[in-house]
Amino acid sequence: MKLDAKIPSGPLDQKWEKHKFDLKLVNPANKRKYEVIVVGSGLAGASAAATLGELGYNVKCFCYQDSPRRAHSIAAQGGINSAKNYQNDGDSVHRLFYDTIKGGDFRAREANVHRLAEVSRNIIDQCVAQGVPFAREYSGMLANRSFGGAQVSRTFYARGQTGQQLLLGAYQALSRQIAAGKVTMFPRTELQDVVLVDGKAKGIVVRNLVTGEISSHAADAVVMATGGYGPVFYLSTNAVGCNVSATYRAYKRGAAFANPCYTQIHPTCIPVTGDHQSKLTLMSESLRNDGRVWVPKKKGDERRPQDIPEAERDYYLERKYPSFGNLAPRDIASRAAKEACDAGRGVGPTGLGVFLDFQDAIGRQGESTVRERYGNLFDMYQRITGENAYHQPMRIFPAVHYTMGGLWVDYNLMSSIPGLFVLGEANFSDHGANRLGASALMQGLADGYFVAPYTVGNYLSQESPADRPSTDSKPFKKVESEVNERIDQLFAIKGRRTPRSFHRELGKLVWEYCGMARDKAGLTKVLKLIPELRDEFWDNLNLSGGPNELNTSLEQASRVADFMEFAELLCTDALKRDESCGGHFRTEHQTPDGEAKRDDKNFAYVAAWEYKGQSRRPTLHKEPLAYQEVKMTQRSYK
Amino acid sequence: MNLTLHVWRQENATDSGEFVTYLAKDVSPDMSFLEMLDVVNEDLLEKGADPIAFDSDCREGICGTCSLVINGSAHGGQKATTACQLHMRSFSDGETITIEPWRARPFPVIRDLVVDRGSFDRIIQAGGYVSASTGGAPDANTIPVSKPNSDKAMDAAQCIGCGACVAACKNASAMLFVSAKVSHMSLLPQGQVEREQRVLDMVSQMDQEGFGACTVTGSCEAVCPKEISLDFIARMNREYGRALIKSCS
Repeated sequence: MKLDAKIPSGPLDQKWEKHKFDLKLVNPANKRKYEVIVVGSGLAGASAAATLGELGYNVKCFCYQDSPRRAHSIAAQGGINSAKNYQNDGDSVHRLFYDTIKGGDFRAREANVHRLAEVSRNIIDQCVAQGVPFAREYSGMLANRSFGGAQVSRTFYARGQTGQQLLLGAYQALSRQIAAGKVTMFPRTELQDVVLVDGKAKGIVVRNLVTGEISSHAADAVVMATGGYGPVFYLSTNAVGCNVSATYRAYKRGAAFANPCYTQIHPTCIPVTGDHQSKLTLMSESLRNDGRVWVPKKKGDERRPQDIPEAERDYYLERKYPSFGNLAPRDIASRAAKEACDAGRGVGPTGLGVFLDFQDAIGRQGESTVRERYGNLFDMYQRITGENAYHQPMRIFPAVHYTMGGLWVDYNLMSSIPGLFVLGEANFSDHGANRLGASALMQGLADGYFVAPYTVGNYLSQESPADRPSTDSKPFKKVESEVNERIDQLFAIKGRRTPRSFHRELGKLVWEYCGMARDKAGLTKVLKLIPELRDEFWDNLNLSGGPNELNTSLEQASRVADFMEFAELLCTDALKRDESCGGHFRTEHQTPDGEAKRDDKNFAYVAAWEYKGQSRRPTLHKEPLAYQEVKMTQRSYK
Repeated sequence: MNLTLHVWRQENATDSGEFVTYLAKDVSPDMSFLEMLDVVNEDLLEKGADPIAFDSDCREGICGTCSLVINGSAHGGQKATTACQLHMRSFSDGETITIEPWRARPFPVIRDLVVDRGSFDRIIQAGGYVSASTGGAPDANTIPVSKPNSDKAMDAAQCIGCGACVAACKNASAMLFVSAKVSHMSLLPQGQVEREQRVLDMVSQMDQEGFGACTVTGSCEAVCPKEISLDFIARMNREYGRALIKSCS
């Protein structure tokens, strides 16, 4: 495998303009001859499917949910970044680009990030035109707020439901194309495998989750926008259905998987209560605009928070990072919380929690202002914990939230399998080793509305629709039979343990040894434990029912089977990357004050892993990160 | 705590279905309602029985997937709360809980507690959008939108499309859902061009899907997890009348 990022030549800020001109076009009359498959209907998938449909291609869009409107992008709370500079506070495309590169701890691809910052402005325009009800000032102009890792206000938002409103915008655009007959939607349908013909992605095999029917779909290009792999940790802020299966199966068919060890732990989630827990709930980062994070100075202080005097509180983020304070980036804020809890100063029944306190904000601006800004989050907190955060501080703790790693893509968002494009969280390209808040929505929509429609067209212009294989052809039949065989294998185990119990155990392993802090000894150990657990899975799994019906235990088992393999790849990457950067914190590599210490000499590369077979180690390919514009520095938020 | 559950079990769309009783033991008050069902399902699976099929995804009250009628109330009767956000601390030890799917003809049961809400998607496809193709949008601040209008549009746009309004309505009316989208769009300048056609087409699709008429009892508003106001139904009726008159002239 040879990785060619296909980064256009020329000055950084002209690459995309130039590239757009260089990309080949498909004549409008010919567009309708092409078929494009889009897997996933979140921000990236729905926006890509809608836009490709608008352009005239025939699109088939697949999602496992019962409606495309329910993809997990919907749960994004805080906002979307854009370099509009409406606040006149010194923002620019270059500043958004720089903040994103720096926030990613200098492990992202420069050209992709610059393009992201450029198109960020079009996204807001497009969403407003669709009727997305962003927050506004009394003047009628759009309002902004600040997010972590930035000193300007460039985050656009719709109360605490920005992801919902953006997704509904994309879903409605998609619905319009469905009505127009340009997009055919397949809800409750899950990808089982990708089909390659002569080395190119030419279709997929899917399972209808209601009837269990396995079917094939052929196309001239396949777009995967299937999200991240957070649930490899079992507990995460992802939806319970989120999974790695689509990208992992593409990996097994030859798509390189890049930087799997870059996982983001979000600092502000509601703490875990017990083993029954199925997911963790995020409290938006926007809360850190007004909330102050603290723990008692004294170890094991069990007084009620309101009884702890000011002088005995440690506002550790403000103390350690005076210029960014409570808005320090996520990886830094999460580690600081872990450090406080490890030192025995954590709060709540488990000691795994810190306070997020709004008393100052309420005193300064009044409860009604705070309620207007964050009311829905305070309500959600109360429903889950039974506590009123207007009267006592929230208790929060870090939780797995986002995964920066994903399938390797070139500048055109095409994976190492020709014809397989990867968008949104499913690819690796824009966030380096740490994503800044409000940048996921930006990237999903940038990829779907403004990048893929050009680059997919460029690829199609070189493909002939006449070469599109029939689903009766050999390659499809072969993959279909492999898919059926795998399902039969799962049923044939007839063991005693449920898919969930395996998933939970796997998640605990990955969280313990490859979570917020990682080291060589732990990673080496977990790389022995994971294959043992996987062997037990294939020996002792218990399923109910049959393959030809709605069968949630089969769905879970099939996803867990992929997590079992993927977890090993994740930990292998974490072991190989013998440095700390962003969300990847190797305890062996830290500065004297506990910050991540990069090793640019040896690790300034993208780690792209190539699958080599079930019992063989994957091969590492390195894409060097050559920075044209930015100088790599020690990231400082002090 | 220990609970007795009466759960609707139905193998598939054509099966007649029945209530089956289960015991849920050692339920923690910190569990969400769906986590309690997860635990019951783990137990069933271990015993070799079919787990209870129910829909859920985000489990934080925003995706609109979960859809349970709990003790006769869509989402379980806690104000502004989806079933996934309902926690077991609102139940007491020894209680008997009845769990059913959404019941409405346009939402046929697929299995147990899982229903098909494709009719909602088709209503949106009939016109619940602004026809603004990607590209060519003017600068976002070109058209100011008054804050009160924008806020009201957001109040309506918050609908998560779960269908509780239909499940709660004695007529299985979808008026609250449809009016939320119609109101969201008609309150914004971007929604004006297609304002009349949109409401006519969406209402027509709603009728074709077999949703019932609205008699303004307000049961929909009472169960809506996003507290979508009944006022939006009044607004849609006005929009509809306005569109009819305009289409005649």
